Amino acid sequence: MSETIVRIRELTKVYAQGEIQVTALDRITLDIAAGEFLALMGPSGSGKSTLLHIIAGVDRPTSGECLVQGVDVTKLNESQLADWRNQNVGFIFQTFNLIPVLTAAENVELPLLLTQLDRRQRRQQVETALEVVGLADRAKHLPRQLSGGQEQRVAIARALVTDPKLIVADEPTGNLDSHSAQEVLTALQSLRRDAGKTIIMVTHDPKAAAFGTRQIHLEKGELSA
Amino acid sequence: MALPLKYNFRNVIVRWRATLATILGIAMVVAVYVLVQALAVGLEKSASNTGDPRNVMIVRKGATAESSSQVSLAQLQTVRYWPQIAHDAQGVPFVSADVITLISQPRIDGRGEANVSVRGLTPIGLQLRPQVKLVTGRWFTPGKREVAISQKIARRFTSFHVGESFRTAGNTLTVVGEFDGSNSAFDSEIWMDADEARSLFDRQNYSSLLVRVTSPQAAQEIISRIEADKRLPLRAEAEVKYYGDQTATATPIRILGNFLATAMSIGAIFAAMNTMYASVGARTREIGTLRVLGFRRRSVLAGFIIEGALLAAIGGVLGCLLALPLHGYSTGTMSFNSFSETVFEFRITPWLAAKGIIFSVVVGIIGSLLPALRASRLPVIAALKSV
Repeated sequence: MSETIVRIRELTKVYAQGEIQVTALDRITLDIAAGEFLALMGPSGSGKSTLLHIIAGVDRPTSGECLVQGVDVTKLNESQLADWRNQNVGFIFQTFNLIPVLTAAENVELPLLLTQLDRRQRRQQVETALEVVGLADRAKHLPRQLSGGQEQRVAIARALVTDPKLIVADEPTGNLDSHSAQEVLTALQSLRRDAGKTIIMVTHDPKAAAFGTRQIHLEKGELSA
Repeated sequence: MALPLKYNFRNVIVRWRATLATILGIAMVVAVYVLVQALAVGLEKSASNTGDPRNVMIVRKGATAESSSQVSLAQLQTVRYWPQIAHDAQGVPFVSADVITLISQPRIDGRGEANVSVRGLTPIGLQLRPQVKLVTGRWFTPGKREVAISQKIARRFTSFHVGESFRTAGNTLTVVGEFDGSNSAFDSEIWMDADEARSLFDRQNYSSLLVRVTSPQAAQEIISRIEADKRLPLRAEAEVKYYGDQTATATPIRILGNFLATAMSIGAIFAAMNTMYASVGARTREIGTLRVLGFRRRSVLAGFIIEGALLAAIGGVLGCLLALPLHGYSTGTMSFNSFSETVFEFRITPWLAAKGIIFSVVVGIIGSLLPALRASRLPVIAALKSV
C-alpha cells in the first residue's frame, strides 16, 4: 500500500452569502495515496473545486483537517501558504492561465524565480520540463502564438518544473478540443506513471475521468460513491 | 522575490494604447518642470559666471544693486590708493569706477520697449572682467559717444548692431562693437566710457567701484576697513558674493516652476492611477495565477508600483527629450534687482534632467500605489475566476 499523501478529516466549508449559509463541503473524510491519479467528479456547485482549492492551499476550510505530505495546510498563514504552494503543488487551470507577455519558457520559469536556483539551473529545468511535454521547440513562443493544447502543455510544464509531488488540475481539458484533451490527459497519465506524481483532477467529463486511477463523486458537498 | 522586470516592462509596451496618454501627460509635466527650472538654472549660471574671486565690489551702504548705488569722486580717490589694491604693469591701481544707468529701447520683436543696463567703465574695468570678449568691431574710444553691446542684447533690440546708432538722453550713441559675456550678467549690458556716461546721463557720482586685491587676505581687509570706517557710507563684498546674491531673481521662477509642476502633477497622478487601475482590472486572473504560483502579496504590490514607476519614467525621459531642444536657447526677463532686461540661456543640466525623471517616478509611484494595493489584496480564488 502506497503512503497517504493527502489526509482529509471532517472537512467542512461554509460560505456566507448575505444571511444565507451555503455549505460547499460537509464533513468530508478522504485519503489520497501517493502516485494516485484521482478524478474528482460531480455536478456544478457540488464542491469539487472547493475541495481541490483547500487541498492545494488556495482556500481555507471552515473546520476540519487537511494534511498534505504531513503538513496541515489549514494551519499555515498566508505567507507560509504561498511558499508551501510554490514548493509542493503544481497547478493546471481550465483556462491555462499563462502570462500573455511572457514566452513559454518564461512562463515555465516563473515558479522557479521563487527558489534558490541560479539562472543556469533554472534554464536547465525549464528546458527539461518543456521537453517532457514535447514543446522544447516552442520555448520562445508567446502564448498567443500557441494552440490551446500547446498552451495547456506549457501550463503542465510550469506545474511540474519545481518537481512537486502533487499536481492539481481544475478542468484541464474544459477548453480543449477532443484531440488536444487526449494529449493533455495522456501527458498527465505519463507524469503519474513515469514520474510518480500524484494528480488530483477536477472534471465533468467521464472520458477524462477514465484516465484516472480512481474516481470519486461529490454531491452537494458530500462524497457520494 | 520580486516579479521579473521584463514582466512589468512588457506589460507597459503591450498595453501601449492605454499607457500612451499617461506617458504623454507625464512627459508634458516633466517638460514644463524641466524648462522652468532650466530658466532658473540659466539665471543662476549667469550670476555665477560673473564674479571674479580676485575682485571686490564696493557700493553705497544700503544699496541692493549697482543701479541704486552712488559712489562719490572723493570716495573713489580715498579707496584707490589703499595698499590692498593690486596694480597693473604700469603701476595703475586696478580700480574701475562704473556708472550704471537704465535706458529704454524698443524690442526687435515689436513688443514695446524694455529697460537695458548701460555700464560706463574705464579701460581698467575691461581688464577686471576678462571673461568678456570682443567678437565684432572694436571697443569704445574714451571721450567718444560710442558703445559696445552684448551680442545677446543686440539680438533683442533695434539698432544695436555694429554700425547702427540709437538716441538716448537727447544724444546719439554709435555701436562700434559687440561682445560675448561668456554667459555672465554682462551679456545683459551696453558698455561705454565711464566719463562719457556720467556726462551723457548727467551723473555727478559713480554707481560702484570694482577693485582687484592683492590677495584673499587683502579682500577681507578692505571689506573690514570699509565696514569699520564710519566716514565711508559704503559696503564692500566679494564680487562673486555680490552676483551670487543677485540670483534672487531666480527665486520667483523656481517657485512658479514648482507650483506649475505640482498642479500639473496632480493631474498626472490621476492619469497614472486610472491607467494602473485599468491594468489591474484587465489582469485580475494573472494576479490570481501569480499568487497561486507562490508570489506573495508584497511581490504583487511591488510589481505594480514598479510598473507605474516604469511607465512614468518613460514619460519622464520623453519630457526631458522634449525640453532638450531649448537647451542653450537665449531668452530674457526683467530682473527684480536691476529692473532691466536680463539675458540668459535655458540650462538643462544632467542633474536637472535627473530631477525631472525622479519627479516623474514619484508621480508614477504615487499614482500606482492604490491600484497596486488593490491588486495585492485581491482574493486568490475570486481573481482566478475573473473573466
